[in-house]
Amino acid sequence: MKERIISENIIEFVELTKQYGTLTAVDHLNLTITRGEIFGLLGPNGAGKSTTILMMLGLTEPTSGRALVGGINATVFPVEVKRRVGYLPDNVGFYQDMTGLENLVYIARLNRLSHREATERAVGLLDRVGLTEAAGKKTGKYSRGMIQRLGLADVLIKNPDIIVLDEPTLGIDPRGIREFLDLIVRLSREENLTVLLSSHHLQQVQQVCDRVGIFVSGKLIAKGDVATLSAKLFSGEPYIIEAGVHLTGDADDPASPGQPAAVGGLRDTLLRMEGVSAVSYRGGHMKISCAGDLSAEIARAIVASGAALNTLSKKEYGLDDIYRRYFEKQEAS
Amino acid sequence: MTKFFQFFGDLKEKYTAGEREKVYSPLRVMVFKEVSDQVRSWRFIILGALMVLTCMGSLYTALTNLAKAVKPHDPASHLFFLKLFTLSDGTLPPFHVFVTFLGPLIGISLGFDAINAEQNNRTLSRIMAQPVHRDYLINAKFIAALIVISVMFFALNLLVVGAGMIIIGIPPTLGEFLRILSFLILTILYVAFWLNLSILFSVKFRQAATSALTSIAIWIFFSVFYQIIIKLIAKAIIPSPYSAPPGLIIKYQKLVLGLSRLAPGHLFRDATTTLLVPSVRSLGPLTMRQVYGTIPGPLPLGQSLLIVWPQLTGLIAATVLCFAFSYLSFMRKEIRSS
Repeated sequence: MKERIISENIIEFVELTKQYGTLTAVDHLNLTITRGEIFGLLGPNGAGKSTTILMMLGLTEPTSGRALVGGINATVFPVEVKRRVGYLPDNVGFYQDMTGLENLVYIARLNRLSHREATERAVGLLDRVGLTEAAGKKTGKYSRGMIQRLGLADVLIKNPDIIVLDEPTLGIDPRGIREFLDLIVRLSREENLTVLLSSHHLQQVQQVCDRVGIFVSGKLIAKGDVATLSAKLFSGEPYIIEAGVHLTGDADDPASPGQPAAVGGLRDTLLRMEGVSAVSYRGGHMKISCAGDLSAEIARAIVASGAALNTLSKKEYGLDDIYRRYFEKQEAS
Repeated sequence: MTKFFQFFGDLKEKYTAGEREKVYSPLRVMVFKEVSDQVRSWRFIILGALMVLTCMGSLYTALTNLAKAVKPHDPASHLFFLKLFTLSDGTLPPFHVFVTFLGPLIGISLGFDAINAEQNNRTLSRIMAQPVHRDYLINAKFIAALIVISVMFFALNLLVVGAGMIIIGIPPTLGEFLRILSFLILTILYVAFWLNLSILFSVKFRQAATSALTSIAIWIFFSVFYQIIIKLIAKAIIPSPYSAPPGLIIKYQKLVLGLSRLAPGHLFRDATTTLLVPSVRSLGPLTMRQVYGTIPGPLPLGQSLLIVWPQLTGLIAATVLCFAFSYLSFMRKEIRSS
C-alpha cells in the first residue's frame, strides 16, 4: 500500500455560486480538498451537492466563483479536468445492448486508448470489481449492484487522480453497500485517489470518509472530521456513560419489575459522586450523565455496590446526531 | 469461463493487429459506435428492407413500361437510361416520388431518439464526463446517421443502375450518370433535413415517442395538409382569368408557387424532376413569348443544375438551420442525470 500524502490542494472551490432563476442552488461555496482524501458531501436531496459536482466537471457553468481541479479552472478547460476526474453519476446507466466489457472499452477509447490497451485495462478492472463472469453479458441484464460496480470500473478506466461518486450506494442492498464501500476505500488507498462522495446516507459516509462537509440549501454549514464536528457541536453537553449492569438476586424480582430495589441504592451512590448530574436505569442499562470522564470511578462504584458490571462505554456522537443537531439549529434560527 | 475466452478469441479475429493498436480521436470512436448502433438496430433493417422493396418495385414498373416509352423521334432519346428512374404506368409511383415520400420517414427514424435516448438511459452524463467536447456527441450522431443514409442510398441506386444495365443492355452516358449522382446527393440532403429536424426534437423533448410523433406530424402536414391549404388559399384569391391583367395573373401564379415551395418535399420534387427529366425547362410559369420558338429537347446538365440551384440552396439552408437549432439547444441543455 502506498503511503498517503496529504499535502496538495487538489480541489478548490472559491466563492462558487449557482443560481437557477431566483433559486440559489449553491451559495458562495468555499472548500478545499487535499490529495488522497476521502471527502463526503452530506445533505438532503436538493441541497446543491450534484450541482457542485457538475460545476466541478465543467458540465454546468457557475453563476460566479471558480471551481479549480488540480489548479485548472473547470469552467474554462472542462476537457482537461475531465481527463483527470472520474465521475459516477447517481443512477448511472450503460448502453444496454452492449456487454459490460464493450461499454468499458468504449469509454476507454473515448479517453484516447487504442483498442488493445482499452481491452486489457477493461478486463483488468472487471476482475478487480468482481465482474469477470459477467463481462460478456449485456448490461441490460445486470442487477443494480452489478451496474454500480461496473460504474466504478468505468470511473477508474481513465486512470483518474480524482473520483467523484454521486450517491453511489443508492438502490443497493445493505450487504452490497458494505462491499461497495470497502471496494471504494481499497481502490482509493491503492491508487492514492482523491475521492469526493456525495450521499444522504450518513451511516455509510461515516464509515469511509476522512472528512465531511454538511450541505444545507446551497450552503456548506460545517466541515471537518466526525470527531472534530461532534466536539465542536456538543462541547457544552454532559458526558454520557452507559453501563450494562446485572444486579444479582433483584433482577428477576416480580414484585417491582424493571426497578429492583438495589437500583435505588446504586443510583444514590452514583449521584453522591462529584460531577454526576443524572442517572437513569432501564432494563439492565444505566445511563449516567457527568461533567467529565468519570468512567473509572463509576466502574469502581458499581463493582463496590455488589452488582456485576458487564459493559461500560462512553457515548460517541455520530453523524446522525451531528446532522440532526445542525437541522435543529437551522430551524431554530 | 470458456465462453468468456471464446468471446475474446472472436474479438481478436475481428480486428487486425494494426487496427487494435491505433488511437482514434474520440469523435471518430463515437461515430464508429453510432454507425454500428444504427446498422444493427431493427428499425434500420426494416427501413432498409422497405427501401429495397421500393427499388425493386419501381425498377419493375419502369422496365415493363420501357418499351412503350421509346418513341421514334424523341429528341431526348440519348437520355434513355434516366427513364429507369422516372417511368411509371400509374400503378406504382416512380422511384423519385417514392423517395419524396419515404425519405422523411428514414430521416426521422434515424434521428428521433438521438439525444433523449441517451438521457433516458442515463448514459448522457457518463459520456459527458469523459474528456470530450460537448458537441462531439450531437456531431457524432449526425455524422453517423448521414453516413448510414449515404451508404444506403448510394448502394441501392447504384444497384438499380447496375440491374438496369444488365436488363436493358444500354449503359448510361456520362451526362446521365452525373444526373443520377446529383439526384443521389440531393436525396441525401433531403433526408438529412428530416434527420436534423428529428434530432432537434430529440433534444427538445424528453420522451422519444413525443419527438417521433412531432416529426411525423410535421412530415404528414407538409405532405398532405399543406397542399390542401395552399389550394384553399389559391382558390380564395384567384383573379378572374378574363378581366385581370396578365401581370396580376403571373403574380398570383408566383405567389401560389412560392407558398408551396415552403414545403421541403415540394422543393425536392421540383429539383429531382428537373434533374431526372432533362426536358424540364422551367419550374415557374412561362409566358407564350418565352416558349415561342423553342426547340423541344433536353437541357444540358449544367442548365438543369442552374434551374434547381434555388431549390438546392433552400434545402441546404433548411438543413443547416435545423442543425444549428439542435446544436444550440443541446449546448445549452443542462446535463443532469435525473
